[in-house]
Amino acid sequence: MTATEANTRAGASLVKSLLNAWSWLFLILILGFFEIYAQIETGNTFLFRIYNLQSIAVAASQILLLALGLTLVVVAGHIDLSIAFTTGFAAVAMALVVRAAGPEAGWLVVIAAMLVGILAAILVGVVNGWLVAHLDVPSFIGTLGTYGVARGAALIVAGGATVSIRSDEARAIGNGDILGFPVPVVVAAVLALVCHYILTHTKFGVHTYALGANRAAVERAGVDVKRHLMLLFIISAVTAGIGGLIYTSRFSAGAANAGEPILLYAVAAVFIGGASLTGGQGTIAGTVIGAFIIAVIQFGLVFSGLPPYWQFVAVGLVIIVAVLVDQSKHRIVGGRG
Amino acid sequence: MSALLTVDGLAKRFGGNEAVKDVSFDVHPGECVVLAGDNGAGKSTVIKMISGVYQPTAGQVYFLGNRLTGQSAEAVRRAGIETIYQDLALADNLDPGLNLYLGREKTKRVLGLPVLDRAAMRRDAVDVLRGLGIVVPDPTASVREMSGGERQAIAIARAIHWHAQLVIMDEPTAALGVPEQREVMALIERLKAKGVGIILISHNLPDIFAAGDRIVVLARGVIAGNMRPEDTNDEEIVRMMMGATL
Repeated sequence: MTATEANTRAGASLVKSLLNAWSWLFLILILGFFEIYAQIETGNTFLFRIYNLQSIAVAASQILLLALGLTLVVVAGHIDLSIAFTTGFAAVAMALVVRAAGPEAGWLVVIAAMLVGILAAILVGVVNGWLVAHLDVPSFIGTLGTYGVARGAALIVAGGATVSIRSDEARAIGNGDILGFPVPVVVAAVLALVCHYILTHTKFGVHTYALGANRAAVERAGVDVKRHLMLLFIISAVTAGIGGLIYTSRFSAGAANAGEPILLYAVAAVFIGGASLTGGQGTIAGTVIGAFIIAVIQFGLVFSGLPPYWQFVAVGLVIIVAVLVDQSKHRIVGGRG
Repeated sequence: MSALLTVDGLAKRFGGNEAVKDVSFDVHPGECVVLAGDNGAGKSTVIKMISGVYQPTAGQVYFLGNRLTGQSAEAVRRAGIETIYQDLALADNLDPGLNLYLGREKTKRVLGLPVLDRAAMRRDAVDVLRGLGIVVPDPTASVREMSGGERQAIAIARAIHWHAQLVIMDEPTAALGVPEQREVMALIERLKAKGVGIILISHNLPDIFAAGDRIVVLARGVIAGNMRPEDTNDEEIVRMMMGATL
C-alpha cells in the first residue's frame, strides 16, 4: 500500500465513523441548541431540569415501543405499517376488559386485561407474518392492509369512541415511577435491552441481518425462513401492543387511534437510527437515538414556545438528512452492492 | 483409486423435451472434472441432478459407494457434496466468520444466556482461509468489502469446513477480473491437493485446460467427449461443444 493509498483509506474510515456517528452528533447539537436558546431567552436551563428530561424520555419511549419491533422487521428487509393500529387495537382490547370488570377491578383483572391486549396484538402479528411469509405478499402492501383492518376492528369493538376506564391499578402503571423513572420509560428501556440482545447476540439476530442481505443464502443455510418472518412480525406486533397497554394505563382510556400520530415518528426513528429500506442494516441503539432526536425536537419546540406544528417540518427534514447520510455512506465506503 | 462420485446413465425429461440423455462419468478424490458445453447443453441440469435439486428420469448417482438418487438437496449436502453457485450464497453484510457458520452459529454462555461467539467463529474463518492460501486483511469487515476472489474463497471455505468431499462450482470465474480468476484457479489447485473432488462448470477454454484433469463435453444433452486435457486441444473441444463430431 502506498502512502497516498494509506491516507485515502484513513480518510475514508474517518468519514465512515463520522457518518456512523452523525445521529449522536445531531442529538448533541439539538440539545445544545435548545439549551443555548433557553439560556438566552429565559435565563433558565433546558437540559438540567428533571421535568424536561422526564417529558423527553416519556415521549421517546412512546415512539420506541412502536419502533423497537419495527427495527427488527426493517433489518430483515421488510416493513410493518400496521403497528400504529396494533397499538390502538391492544389499547381498546385492554380497556374493554377493564371496563367490563367495573371500577373495583383490582390487579388481577388489570393483568388479565393486559394479556388480552397482547393477544389482540399477536393476532395482528400472526396475520402479517402469514401474509408475508406464506403468501409472499410484499410487507408494505400486506401490513397496509392489516393497518386498515386493525384500525376498523378497533373502532368497531370500541363502538367508534374512546373506551374510558376507572382503575387505580392501571393509572399506577401508566403514571407511576420506579426509582424516579416513569414506568413507560422503564418498560421501553427493558424492551430495548431485550431487542438489542436478540439482534446482536442471538442466532435469530444474525439470521435477521442475513435475511435482509440475501434470503436465498439463509434458506440454503437450512434456516426456516417462513417461521423466522412469522416471529419477526409477531415481535413487532407485541412491542406495539405493549405501547397500547401503556397508553390505556396512562390516559385511563383506550383509543383506536392511540398509535396513529406516532407511526411516522416510529418509522422515522428507525431510519434516522441507520436502518435502510433495502434491509440488512440498522441497530437498536440507533433507533433509540432516533427516538430521542424526535422527542427532543417535539418537546424543545413546545418548550421554546414555537408553534408545535414546526415539529412535523423539523422531523421531516431530519428524515431527509438521514437518507442523504445513508446514501453518501454507500458512495464513500460502499464497495460492492 | 475408487471413484468418489459415479454418474451412471443419467437422463432428464421435461415434458416432451429430453434435456439430458445417458450421461455417465466418474470423479475421483483430488480430481477436477470440467463439465464443458455451450448454453443449453444440459450442464446445469446434470449438476442439479447430482445435487438433488432435480430427480433424474433415469440413471443413478453414487457417492462413496452409496446411492444418492432420490435424496433431497439437503441430504446430498449433508452427505458431503456442496454446490457453489455464482451468487456464492453469502450474506454481504456479515463478516467471514458469520458467513462460515451461517445457520450453525457457535454460541457461548454469558450470565446463563446464550450469546454468539463471534470471536471464535472469526478465528475459525481466518484459519480455514489460511489453509486455502488466503489472508483476509480485516476479518471483522463485512464480506461486501472484500474482493471477488476472497468472496469465492469464503464460499469454498464454508464448503470444506463442513466436510464437503466434492465441490461443484458453477462458472466461478465468470464475473471476475483477470487477477481474481487466477486466485480462483489457485484455490482449485489447493482443494485438489486436499483430496477434494471438483466438478467445474465452464465454457472458458483457458480455465478448462488450466484446472481440468478430465474434460467432459456436453452437447445437446449428450456427452460429446470425455478425455484428458493432454489428449485434446482447443479446436477439438470447441468442435465438440458445437456438436459437430461423435
